[in-house]
Amino acid sequence: MKRDIYQGIADPTRRAILSLLVLGAMTPNALAEHFKMTRQGVSNHIKILTECELVKQEQQGREIYYSLEIKKMKEIDRWLDKFRKIWETQFNQLDDVLLTMKKKSRLR
Amino acid sequence: MLFEFVVDKDKTTIVITREFDAALSLVWDAFTKKEYLDQWGAPKPWIAKTKSMEFKTGGRRLYSMSGPEGQEHWSIQDYTSISPKTNIQYISNFADKDGNPAPQFKGSLNNLDFREAKSAGDNTVTTVTITIKYESLAVLEMMIEKGFREGMTLTLHNLERLILTGALK
Repeated sequence: MKRDIYQGIADPTRRAILSLLVLGAMTPNALAEHFKMTRQGVSNHIKILTECELVKQEQQGREIYYSLEIKKMKEIDRWLDKFRKIWETQFNQLDDVLLTMKKKSRLR
Repeated sequence: MLFEFVVDKDKTTIVITREFDAALSLVWDAFTKKEYLDQWGAPKPWIAKTKSMEFKTGGRRLYSMSGPEGQEHWSIQDYTSISPKTNIQYISNFADKDGNPAPQFKGSLNNLDFREAKSAGDNTVTTVTITIKYESLAVLEMMIEKGFREGMTLTLHNLERLILTGALK
């Protein structure tokens, strides 16, 4: 089943899992140690992240390792572009604020 | 005016540089007084509202961002260092309306540098450089996702409208 990327990061536990995986690939056991919930609970979150294609799994010897799906970085690029536009918009608003401040300080 | 937005994914850092056609004292006030911050601190039609602000080292700003469809997100900024008209450093994080920080994140480190200079036409220009260091890219994703996904389309329309009406130069 393929899921929406936003569904992947909608849950705080899943965001925390992503934050941990940014540091490097981890086994399900190592991941589960960071959470108070059951291993099964953590596994369910990993499953959803895999379905969102945010996380991929790799077999290394006897262990399964989970890591971030780099392909999704393209989507992050889009996010970054939005973020840039937010700042651009805010600074244009600030230009207007400064203009008003200048006029006021001249009147004083 | 100059606008730069540089992302260093390996260092999970964003550096934003912007020039303003105003003296340093005005730009400083616009960044440090809540009555001004609230006028530009959210991309329209989102609205920023500062609930409390103690602008000093060790002080905190608690503010909300409200969206056109009733969305509301709270954030805090904890000031770790302030050098008047030169530099501000703070840690920002998501929070609830009482200022309790989101438990799963350490927050991002923000460093703001202010510099005044004379431009060619003898105008006074102030350059602000903002460096934001995130705990991880996942946090950055969440930050963008949480705050602005719904409001983004509207924001861009708003920007377009400003350009069309000549309000932006």
